[in-house]
Amino acid sequence: MSGLNIKNSEYVHETPNQNPPPSGRKKKNNSLLRLLNSKKVAPYIFVFPFILSFSILTLYPTIQAFIMSFQRILPGQVEFIGLQNYERIFNQTFYKALANSTMFMLLTVIILVTIPIILAILLDSNLVKSKTFFRSALFIPALTSIVVAGVIFRLVFSESDQAIANQIIGFFGFDPVRWQFTAWSGMFLMVGMAAWRWMGVNVLYFLAGLQSIPKELYESAEMDGANLFHKFRHVTLPFLQPIIIFVTTISIIGGFRVFEESYVIWQGNSPGNIGLTLVGLLYQEGIQQNDMGFGAAIGVVLLILIFFVSMIYLLVTGAFKRGDE
Amino acid sequence: MNKKSFKAFSPLLLSSILVLSACGGDDSSSTNSDDVQTAGSDIEDATELSFWTFAGTHATFYANAAERWNEENPDNPIQLTVENYPFDQMHNNLLMALQSGSGAPDLADIELAKFPNFLQGDVQLEPLNDLIEPELDSFMQERLDIYAKDGNYYGAPTHLGASVVYYNTEIMDEAGVDIDTIETWDDYVEAGQAVVEATGKPMTTIPGNWYGIWPFVAQKGSDFFDENGELTLDNEENIETLEFINDLVHEHEIAEMAPGGQYHAEEFYGFMNDGGQASIVIPMYYMKDFTTYMPDLKGKIQIRPMPTWSDSDYQSVTMGGTGTAVTSQSENVELAKEFLYFAKLSKEGNIQLWRELGFDPPRFDVWEDEAMREENVYYEYFHDDIFDILSEIKDNVAGIQLSEFTPDVLTEIDSNVMHNVLTEQSHTPEEALKESADTVRQKMESAN
Repeated sequence: MSGLNIKNSEYVHETPNQNPPPSGRKKKNNSLLRLLNSKKVAPYIFVFPFILSFSILTLYPTIQAFIMSFQRILPGQVEFIGLQNYERIFNQTFYKALANSTMFMLLTVIILVTIPIILAILLDSNLVKSKTFFRSALFIPALTSIVVAGVIFRLVFSESDQAIANQIIGFFGFDPVRWQFTAWSGMFLMVGMAAWRWMGVNVLYFLAGLQSIPKELYESAEMDGANLFHKFRHVTLPFLQPIIIFVTTISIIGGFRVFEESYVIWQGNSPGNIGLTLVGLLYQEGIQQNDMGFGAAIGVVLLILIFFVSMIYLLVTGAFKRGDE
Repeated sequence: MNKKSFKAFSPLLLSSILVLSACGGDDSSSTNSDDVQTAGSDIEDATELSFWTFAGTHATFYANAAERWNEENPDNPIQLTVENYPFDQMHNNLLMALQSGSGAPDLADIELAKFPNFLQGDVQLEPLNDLIEPELDSFMQERLDIYAKDGNYYGAPTHLGASVVYYNTEIMDEAGVDIDTIETWDDYVEAGQAVVEATGKPMTTIPGNWYGIWPFVAQKGSDFFDENGELTLDNEENIETLEFINDLVHEHEIAEMAPGGQYHAEEFYGFMNDGGQASIVIPMYYMKDFTTYMPDLKGKIQIRPMPTWSDSDYQSVTMGGTGTAVTSQSENVELAKEFLYFAKLSKEGNIQLWRELGFDPPRFDVWEDEAMREENVYYEYFHDDIFDILSEIKDNVAGIQLSEFTPDVLTEIDSNVMHNVLTEQSHTPEEALKESADTVRQKMESAN
């Protein structure tokens, strides 16, 4: 990157000199520039910053995590222990974490795809007034610190009779719930927080998709006698499909990687592990209990899991064929 | 991809960048230190020392100690920077810094349950033996052993952490129970039944974490590990203890589960402050919580030793507590150790621990000191004879055994044992303890 800058500045520096006498150095500069601007090299220069940050921040840690997953790591004592970390992974706690993460993933995918589509269509239609306000309002949660959100969720859903959530359900005649202590309500809190947070972002994706649907299609569909549902089913949905696939894929990945939603509610240990997620387990074992090799092994298993699930999903939906059309 | 669909995707790309950067933003914002206190920054040539802690009150305590140090040692001044981080973050950062060999502070507070993590491998903390050994008799040995490995003491205790019972006299009087007649746990159950009958309020609440079992287990003379480091989590005494706790809730019905799940939750403070329960078993350090979060109970709380088991003489258990350590990465190890002695281990330091923080000093020899009797907020809130009561039981305080696998046991207790036995009632005490012991044993085997 810096190399490019220097070349450019030299170039700028020397341009005022019109019709320069041919000098060896100048020629060299020109040819270098030409090389940098050539179709073969330029793309690499443009992707270089990404490659650099990817290698340092993603690739290197990934490789290191693979190596660590075969080690026992203590200060001053790092040794290879073969597959021992992997042999220990598959116990009850892991399956509990896997079940929680999977359930969270499924629920968030369902909620964060269907509801944003409906909201986006509403926001795109003429039924809603002051659309900009709603668009921004929906997006604000994504900008809120998860820690702040967690504190507020904890207070709203605290177990006391006076907590807002318990007062609301009490109004409808239900008994107070110990939200943070039972399995279903724990999952409800995590999914609820994720849905609240990411709803606006997904609405934005779908809004962008809706903009690209040609209005003429709706008009001609109307002339053919299509009703609201027909138009949605045969015009809107097919056009939104690439975005649905995209949103679903990132929701699957994000769902398996869930950590913050659980952490801000329970700070690590949840009763009966109702809020334990795979990344939570990684954190608990690797960092809280100082077993980084084991934590790394969990990370590797998670990586493989996410890879396969997303691949299967993309294959099934035919996302890979799309490029050839 | 045609132009149109690219147009559709470009905001999508933009927003995904936004999302990704939003994720990163959370992390970076939380690495900022919440609170930094400095002392001695106006003194020239002062040696710089850095300190990490997780409690704001501790930060103030050490900053004050540094001011006093500089007054008394004008020829060897220090400039102390105390950084206060959230609990988990401080311990994680410290662990990573010690593991990777750079970035650690000179001194750090390490909480009891986290301490074993720092005693693994080649210990990256400095032994404090030369400070502690000459005055070993003044301390309770068990309290120091918590922070020791292979004969080396690595942590300076913050308090004795003697567990006591805080009785709400308003409720006890209403039930017509004289708290001085409660000597055994059987008496306690009887008194509890009277309380429930007369007031409808529970005698106590049980937290869903290890505070709901460890003090009682240790008081019985048992523990989760024996002195050889063997796991004893599922031994006979521990099962009996958990059965007793289970009976408090489900058979005698004099206890409920603590609101908020633990004694340091907002929900619990509110509940307790409103006179929600008649008594609470917790170490002395909880005085600070009373004065800070439960102002309405001022003058209504009486401190007494724990009721005894029939098969053990222990009247209290040392629980909780933070060990302050000097890290090997410090460039001024000797100075850091001297300051640590000055601030926490010396007589004067111990008196300050009581005066400023309301902690029961880990040194017995200051309990009788005149300076300890000076009026302060704690005497005002509670009663005058706090240290007379402590002095009476000081030979009957049980210690605890720690192992490098203690964090694993505590995690099991917090997430499985208490929940499955007391809340869900899906396991008997025996089943739950055996199941968790097997999990931990499996881990211990594979680690060796």
